[in-house]
Order: sequence, then structure tokens, then C-alpha cells
Amino acid sequence: MTVLSDLTRSLRARPVRPPQSGMSRRKSLWMRVHLDPWLLLLLVVLMGAGLIVLYSASGQSMAVVEAQAIRLGVALVVMAGLAQLSPVTLMRWAPLAYGGTLLMLVAVEVMGDVGMGAKRWLIIPGVMRFQPSELMKLAMPMMLAAYLGRRQLPPRVPDLMVCALILALPVVLIARQPDLGTSLLVATAAVFVVLLAGLSWRFIAFFSVLIASALPLLWMNMHDYQRQRVLTFLNPESDPLGAGWNIIQSTTAIGSGGVFGKGWLEGTQSQLEFLPERHTDFIVAVLGEEFGLIGMLAVLCLYLLIVARGLWLSNGAQDSFGRLLAGSIILTFFIYVFVNVGMVSGILPVVGVPLPLVSYGGTSSVTLMAGFGILMSIHSHRRLLPR
Amino acid sequence: MRKHRQALKNARQEMHTFRVRSLVAACLVVLLTGALMARLVYLQVVQHDVYITRSENNRVRVEPLPPTRGLIYDRNGELLAENRPTYNLTLVRERVDDIDATLALLIDLLDLPDAEIDAFRERSRQRQRPFQPALLMSDLSEEQIAKLAVNRYRLPGVEVEAQLLRYYPDAKIMSHALGFVGRINAEELNQLDPGNYAGTHFVGKTGVERYYEDELHGQAGLRKVETNARGRVLRELGRTDPVPGKNLTLTIDKDLQSLAVDLMDGRRGSIVAIAPKTGEILAMVSTPGFDSNQFVTGIDVASYRALQNDIDLPLFNRAARGHYPAGSTVKPFMALSGLVEGEITPSDTIYDPGYYQLPNDSRRYRNWLRWGHGKVDMERAITVSNNTYFYSLAHELGIDAISKHMHQFGFGERVTQDVYGESTGLMPSREWKRERFNQPWYPGETLSVGIGQGYLQVTPLQLATATAVLANRGHWVKPRLAKNIGDEEVPVDLPDTKQDITIENNEWWDDIYAGMENVLSGREGTARRAGKGLEYRMGGKSGTAQVFSLGQDEKYNADELAERLRDHALFIAFAPVDDPQIAISVIVENAGGGSSHASYLARDMADAWILGRDDKETDDDSEGDGA
Repeated sequence: MTVLSDLTRSLRARPVRPPQSGMSRRKSLWMRVHLDPWLLLLLVVLMGAGLIVLYSASGQSMAVVEAQAIRLGVALVVMAGLAQLSPVTLMRWAPLAYGGTLLMLVAVEVMGDVGMGAKRWLIIPGVMRFQPSELMKLAMPMMLAAYLGRRQLPPRVPDLMVCALILALPVVLIARQPDLGTSLLVATAAVFVVLLAGLSWRFIAFFSVLIASALPLLWMNMHDYQRQRVLTFLNPESDPLGAGWNIIQSTTAIGSGGVFGKGWLEGTQSQLEFLPERHTDFIVAVLGEEFGLIGMLAVLCLYLLIVARGLWLSNGAQDSFGRLLAGSIILTFFIYVFVNVGMVSGILPVVGVPLPLVSYGGTSSVTLMAGFGILMSIHSHRRLLPR
Repeated sequence: MRKHRQALKNARQEMHTFRVRSLVAACLVVLLTGALMARLVYLQVVQHDVYITRSENNRVRVEPLPPTRGLIYDRNGELLAENRPTYNLTLVRERVDDIDATLALLIDLLDLPDAEIDAFRERSRQRQRPFQPALLMSDLSEEQIAKLAVNRYRLPGVEVEAQLLRYYPDAKIMSHALGFVGRINAEELNQLDPGNYAGTHFVGKTGVERYYEDELHGQAGLRKVETNARGRVLRELGRTDPVPGKNLTLTIDKDLQSLAVDLMDGRRGSIVAIAPKTGEILAMVSTPGFDSNQFVTGIDVASYRALQNDIDLPLFNRAARGHYPAGSTVKPFMALSGLVEGEITPSDTIYDPGYYQLPNDSRRYRNWLRWGHGKVDMERAITVSNNTYFYSLAHELGIDAISKHMHQFGFGERVTQDVYGESTGLMPSREWKRERFNQPWYPGETLSVGIGQGYLQVTPLQLATATAVLANRGHWVKPRLAKNIGDEEVPVDLPDTKQDITIENNEWWDDIYAGMENVLSGREGTARRAGKGLEYRMGGKSGTAQVFSLGQDEKYNADELAERLRDHALFIAFAPVDDPQIAISVIVENAGGGSSHASYLARDMADAWILGRDDKETDDDSEGDGA
């Protein structure tokens, strides 16, 4: 009993407890560079594991692995850079980031580049093309956290109305591209902010019912390919060579891996191209086939540790803005993991969500690491605040 | 400071709320991760067996390796059936995007005649399993291959593949004996072992090719290959080599066979030659023949119809299936039956007034010589082919005894080891008539059978076989076409050979032989012209068969009818008498001018075989003798 109370006391007290000894009064090296060593270690381990799987999933292409490694390196730099900014700066810039991204979404709507049947890309001629919706994944929680951080919490109804507006504008724009997956993820990030801010349980229940009753409406507004995905999810065998192929092949890959897996580079489903999109969205099936249940559990545990560390750090934030933003970032990160693994293992419909930091792809890695940079900034700048 | 504390208190409460909320979130995170893990345990532990099987099935494909069909040689090692490399057009439906467009393009490129298009489309649907190539067309020409190659990019799933195709260098003379292979049809597909025939497109349809299908085909091999999702073979995991079909050496002598075809000289009929001591069928000819190579690649409809409707029935194997009245060729066998039954002795004589009358019956059964042969004993009765003697003998024997003894010589039965589609002919009996017509047997009918007419019907193969048994002094050797199967020699003593005919007095054989020898060598012999200048002892017996319904059809025009109503000429022979090397039956349909025509052919066959000589110095003048 005493042990338990000790633990809870320490859990409650430690993040805000001022430094006690002269030793710890001196800022550690890590604090000075504004990085969290534990989180960094976990992320780097995950990236390393991801590259190993990617080598196999890309058909043993060193070129793909190198390209991904460079992207991850860039992402780490972005993370470290953002970590240097103080939360105060972030909070100040939040409306600008949100407003700018919103404008870009409007630009996409008006003159975006069409790729794969959807308008998602914005091209800055000669420089780059990118998806503003990706940026919104960060701009959205920043804006909401900045807004709610100045208000009295838990948020009251007028505040909630403003939040709803902030949420709805970009989400609708992204959904119209159409990119239902990203719009839902952006909405999820926003909802996490509001939930963490202390939205009353009564409201939560109310909105849950509202969303449930809105589902048929959503269904009616879906594109054919989106409906097909849901239908296929419900019964993959109905079209085994068409829409059901992906899910049948990915569950087959995972299931045939067994406890210990077929061994690195030995997965037949993966190496013989039965698995679709094996180095992007379905990369976890490669992991499951070649490293088995043990590999899957290890990676899931790694994600759990990252989420745990993230939640821990967000609890250490000194103001509402930092807490809400950090909490939302880390929970959204988990949602990515859950949706991706859930989809590949066949308990969720197929939506285009990559496995964070493991799937091949630049934009999402950079966005995610930028999020972790913000998280570290929030964690490492707290002692600079006046007491 | 107070203001500060206020803010701090507020912050504390907010922090508390956040802590509770994040704790709830952490619980949810653990819960959801637990759900994922449970799903993974279900897939990877509980359902592991299901999925490992599924992934193996995905990856591993078993491809059949068809064996090479055995070659067929004649007794001297001359190649009769070989495998020639040709190019085939195949199609894998699964790899074709638009099947109708592809077929239309192919039909256009190959310049197919309209009549072939339906069959072509039909073939594209014939296969046993998914991803199995369907054979659309065999034996592509160089031009067709070139056209297909140029348009290859427009034809995914369509391949030109090399294949060995059966070829018969001497199709015209060997057609009926060899038979042919053809494309496996839907009906055969159900009967063949699908494993062994998975990669095989052809199967023996008739003749030796059909009878020895199992031996010639061999055992299919297989290879396990790893394929990727698009079905491309990446590597071979394992392999069982096919066992090629066994080569077959026939008892047929190609030269003798060829001679027989030449001797028939375009007439309809059949010649069968058997080596009596071994049962080896030396020649088995049915004319007209046909080009069996046409059937290998799939004969076109028009040509097939032409063959089918040809009034000469080129597709009909007369040697094995043609039913002919035996005519007088039955007489030596009748005589032996009489001796065994004790109804006659060789020296018993009758007086022939030119006809025979049954007791209490005014009807006269005529001898072919109107004024009769006078005093006739058994030997002379055979030599001059006296009908009256055999009417009398038949009457005394009765149909039951005749039927019994004729069966001993193989009449009314299938006699050979391996001739495909062999007919039993018809050896009538009291029971048969009761069953067939629900009528009693009349004594007059016995007389007809006694001279080889009436209900009695024999095949050329049966006649030759019975002659061989006769020449063998009753010792049965089953006639056969296979001399060696692979390296194994086919034994002379085959199972289910009929029992030897044993008689009390072995000299009776010689008495019969004497009568038959005189047919060719005697002053009164019915084939004495054909026997002129014989350099060895040859026994024979002529026969004339009244025409029966073979091929008779209302479509015939008057001229043809007249020609086709002429009698068939028959001749059986064996030589040398003291050491028989060959037994022959010859049937020339509608030969007219009596039976002598056939006897020359038999003589030439025997000369060729025994003297190794191939001269066809037949003088065609013939007198109306023999019946």
C-alpha cells in the first residue's frame, strides 16, 4: 500500500517538482540540446528495425533503403530543429501555420495537381510538390491547443463551437480531394486536443451518438472506391482476385509467418510479390511473415514504449498548450499504428495509412518527426519558463 | 503573488484533468494494442496451419512434363510412326484481357476459313485447370508464326510453343494397321488419368496407337515450380522426369504390307498375312486407306466429311471389321469337322449330279458346275470346290456340330491379341437364331453355312487366323501386331489363347492339305493358274461370296450399283505346306470374273515372303472357276 502511494505520489509530483540538488540544477546536455534521449533512442531503434524490414520488402533494393534512410535523416534534422523552438513561439505561430495551411488547401481545391484520381498535391514549380493535408496534421492540433490553451478549461460551449469551426474547415477540404483517410486523421488529432482539454463526459457521449447517427450520411457521400473498400473489408472472399486480394494476401502473409516467422528475406508472400504495396502501406505484413509473432510483438511493444514516453513527456508540460499539443501528437501517432496494423491484419477496412516511420515514404516520416520535435521542445523548454 | 497562485491553482486543476484524461487514453492505447496482439495471435498461432497452406498454394505450382510418345517400327526396324517438331498456338485464358478481341485478332491473323472458326473458339475453352494453356491450333506454318511474332505485343496470354507431333511416313499403306493419334476430346478427357495426361494433347484413337496407348504414352513427369503473383516461373523446386513411352516394334513387314497395297491396285478389299508358328501378323491391309496424318492435327470438316461419305469407306478397317461371307474358303474347315465327327472318312465318296436335295424336299441345291463333278471324295471336293459334297456333309453334321467346330477355328470370335476394334464376325447357331429372330433353325440354312453362305460372316483377320491354325495342324497361336514392346519381346504363348484342336488321326491334316495343294497345283484346281511354277508347296482355297450389304446405299447410281453387285473374290492360302511360314487371306470386293483374281494376290504375297521376291507377274486371263 505504501509502495503504491509512493508510486502515485512520485508519478504526480516528479514532473513539476523543481530541481532539488545542485547536481540536477545544472541542466543536462540533453536538456541543453532540447532533445529527449529516451524518446530519441526508441525512435532510432524503430527506424533501424524499419529499414531492415524495408530492405526485404523492397525486393532487397539497397537503393530504396538508402533513399528512406536519407529521408529519415532529414526527418531527424527537422525534429531536432523544431525542438529548438520554444513552445511560446509555437503557440504564437499556430494561427499563422493553421491559416497558411488552410489557404494551401484552398489552393489545392482550385488548382491542385491530380494524381491517382484525387487532387492532393500542390506544386511549387521547380522546387517541390507536396500535400498540404500532411501539414494540417500538425497545424490543426497546434491551432486548437493554442486556442484552448488561452481559455479556461474544461472548454465551454462557445469555445467548443469555435473548435468545431477550426476542425471542420480543413477536414471538409481534405475530404473533398478526396482523401477520407487523411481528413479523418486530421479530425482525430483535433478531437484528441478537445478530449484531453477535459471535454465533459456528457458531451463525449452526445457526440458519440451524433457520429454514429451520421455514419449513414457519410456512407452516402462516399466515393465508389471508398465504399468498395468497406465492403471488401466486410467480406474479402467476395472478390478474391480483385478488391479482396490485398487483404487476403496480407492476412495470409501474417498468418503463414507463425510464431517465429519464415526468416528475413525468406517470406514467400513478400518476396514473390503476392503482397501488394509491400514496402509502403502493407509493410507490416512483411514483418509478420518474416519475423513472426515475436517480431510483431516486439515492434508493437516498441510503439507502446514510444507512446508511453510521449504521454509521460506531455504530462510534464508546464502549460495547457504544451500538454494538449503533446498529448494529441502522441495519441494521433498511436492511431496511425493501430489503423495500419489493424487494416493489414484484417480487422479494419483498408485505408491509406502508412505504418509510422517504417513504411517507405518521405512526407509522412517528416511530419511525424516534426511532431516528435514539438513534443521534445515542449518537454525541454519548461525550465526556461519564469517561475 | 496572489494572482500568480490563482493562476497556479487553475493550472493545477487543468493539469489534473489532463492527467486523468491521458491515463484513460493510456488505458485505451493498451486495450487497442491488446486487440491487435490478440488478432496477431489468432492469425499466427491459431490459424497458422490454414495460412501456411494457403501461402504454399500461392507459391508452388506443379507443372506437368509430358512424356515423349514411343516410336513405332516395323519388324525390320523401319520407322512407321515418329515424332516431328512442330509449332502450336496456345492460349492461357487468365492472362488474356479481352478474350473475344484476342480470338478475333487471331482468326484474322491466321486467316482461318469460316468453317474452322467455331471449332477454334471451342478449343479456347478446353482445358483441365486454371492457367493451363489451351491448344488452339497445331502445326503452324512459317508465315503464321511470323505474323504472330509481329503482333505478339497485342496478344498477351497467347504463345507459340514447340511440340512434338506424331507423323506417319507411310500413312497411306499403314493407316488401318497403325491407327492414329488425335487431339484429346472432351469425352476422352473424362476417362484418361488426369495426372498422367496433364501435359499431353494427343491420344491414340484407333489401331495400334489406341491399343498400346498406355505403353506408347509413357509416364508424365512433373516439376514443382515457384511462381510469383503473376504466374511467372522463378525457379524449379523439384522435378520428376517423365518416363518416355516405350518404342513399339510391330510384326508387320513394311515391304510385304506395301506389296499388299500395290496388289490390291486400288480395289476395295483386304489382305491379311500371318506367320502361323508365331502368330505374327505380317501384313494387314484394308483398301482404300487414308492419310492418317490429317487426323493428327485435326482434320478439317470438309475433308472429314468427304472421307466419311466416300462410298468406298476408306475409314473402315475391312481387315478387322469387314463382315464377308466366307464362301468356299470354309470348305477345308468343314471337311475337318466331318472327319472329327466321324461323318466322313477321306476316302468316302459321293456321286454329284450337279445338285443336292434334302430328304423329302424337292428343292435342288446346285453345284456351281451345272452338270456335276461325278464321283467326288474329300480331297477332290476341296480341290474342285464341289458344293454337293459339302451340302451333304453339312446336312449330316447339323448346325450344332458345325458351329462348335467352326468356333474352334475362331469363327464367330475375336481371335487376335491386339488388333483394335476387331469384330467377332458371325458364326450362326440354333440359339443365335432363336434369340435374334425368334425362329427355329431350318435344315436348308445348314446347307448354306456348309458352303460359307447364309448367316455365316467372317472377317479377313479370322480367315487368315483359321488358315494359320489349319496350317499349324490345329495348334493355336494368337495373332498379334506387337513384336517388341520397349525391350521386351512379346511371347508367342499369350494368355487366353484358344485351345489347340486335337484330332484322333493326324494324317487327316495331310489329307486336307492334299486337297488344298491341288487347288493350286492339281489338274482340276480352281486356282491352278495362280499356282503355275510354284517353287514350294502351297495350299489354298478359293471362294466366291455373294455380295451383301456392305456400303450398299440408295444413293448409288446404276453403273456403280452394277459394279458393286458383283461377287467378292476370296482366297486363303498357306505355304510351304510342310513347314508353314505364312498364312494368307485375300478378299477383293466385287472382283467379278470369279475368284481367281484373289488367288494371284495370295501367290504373290507368298512368293514375296518365302522367296523374298517381289514380282507381280499376274496374268489376268481367268476362267470362271471356283465357288
